[in-house]
Amino acid sequence: MVEETKIWQLLDEVPDPEIPVLSVVDLGIVRSVHFNDGKKVDVVVTPTYSGCPAVKAIEKSIAEHLIKNGYEPNMITQLSPAWNTDWITERGRQRLKAYGIAPPVDEVDKNALFSEPPVVPCPRCNSNNTRMVSQFGSTACKAHYQCNDCLEPFDYFKCLK
Amino acid sequence: MSTLLTYTLRIADDSLILSQRLSELCGHGPAIEEDIALTNIALDLIGQASSLLEYAAQVQDEGKSADDLAFLRLERYYLNTLLVEQPNGNFADTIVRQWLFDSFRVPFYEALQHSKDMQLAAIAEKALKETRYHWKHASEWVIRLGDGTEESHYKAQEALNQLYRYTDELFFMDEVDSEMINTGIGIDLESLRPAYMERLKMVLEASTLSLPTNNWKMAGGRLGRHSEHMGHLLSEMQYMQRAYPGMEW
Repeated sequence: MVEETKIWQLLDEVPDPEIPVLSVVDLGIVRSVHFNDGKKVDVVVTPTYSGCPAVKAIEKSIAEHLIKNGYEPNMITQLSPAWNTDWITERGRQRLKAYGIAPPVDEVDKNALFSEPPVVPCPRCNSNNTRMVSQFGSTACKAHYQCNDCLEPFDYFKCLK
Repeated sequence: MSTLLTYTLRIADDSLILSQRLSELCGHGPAIEEDIALTNIALDLIGQASSLLEYAAQVQDEGKSADDLAFLRLERYYLNTLLVEQPNGNFADTIVRQWLFDSFRVPFYEALQHSKDMQLAAIAEKALKETRYHWKHASEWVIRLGDGTEESHYKAQEALNQLYRYTDELFFMDEVDSEMINTGIGIDLESLRPAYMERLKMVLEASTLSLPTNNWKMAGGRLGRHSEHMGHLLSEMQYMQRAYPGMEW
């Protein structure tokens, strides 16, 4: 158990390559850690989106960081249960906002066509008077928004459930 | 070829080939937001194809990789439907193709996530969340175009008239499916028709578009018999691996 706590602390030092203020633990993609005898450790990781190019990079940097600290990591990719944005930690949400990316908010039924886009507070001035510019953004996990008050364009980390 | 391999390739190739088509629009979308949207959808689809092809390679057990399966098969060994290989055409053609496909894919993944094959079920569970988002995007565009200007309505209706003939193949089943259904792995596609029609009707009504009345159906892709467009698509998709075998970047 002591070893596993140490490993979780090490994992918390591994940044997401796209959003470096988040650790892979903040993002909620490390599902479990099993420490075996000696130095061997199984790390179970789940991808955010099927095609997210960061996934391979993340697995690689986790493995490298653990090797550097004397472990022999075995990376396991697990698809089910599928990742959702509720797994982003509270600290992760605060870090996203401080970085200028609005964290996910609860959205109404996404199957409803032409439903009102969610009210996403501006990460700069906290105004709720914002608008969705585009449902799709610079990466698979983000939509593009703009604040109507301070006029700042910003990324919104989409709610995925 | 094992039944499970054929079954997995049929699902994988729909994602792979549609992803390739949408990728052609990178930098050529009608507006920047749409360029980003279509390539984001392409990225989700290539991710799904990659998971499925990795599994297919594992089932095949001949030492091949997902990349080998994606880039080095001959045309007759691709098992995608004719719908997904149809050219992008104008924006209405691209969107109507996407909408018809996603209207099938959502109920398909909803069912497949309960498959007895744990890997297919896991991939479906993951892909379903993404596909719902794609469906919503395509559906809203079909409504905007259909219920838009005279010209956008005309083009959307033309696209539907041209593409609808390929949709029956989405429900194609043969002995591969029978075996997969019997083992609790596969889905009885016929049972998905009501959910599929429900999705189409919901959008058609709001879009003022109508399904073509002629009942002409085209199929063949699931058995490796493709339209003339497929060879051109593959020559572009496979070029790098054919010219520089084993290249990576």
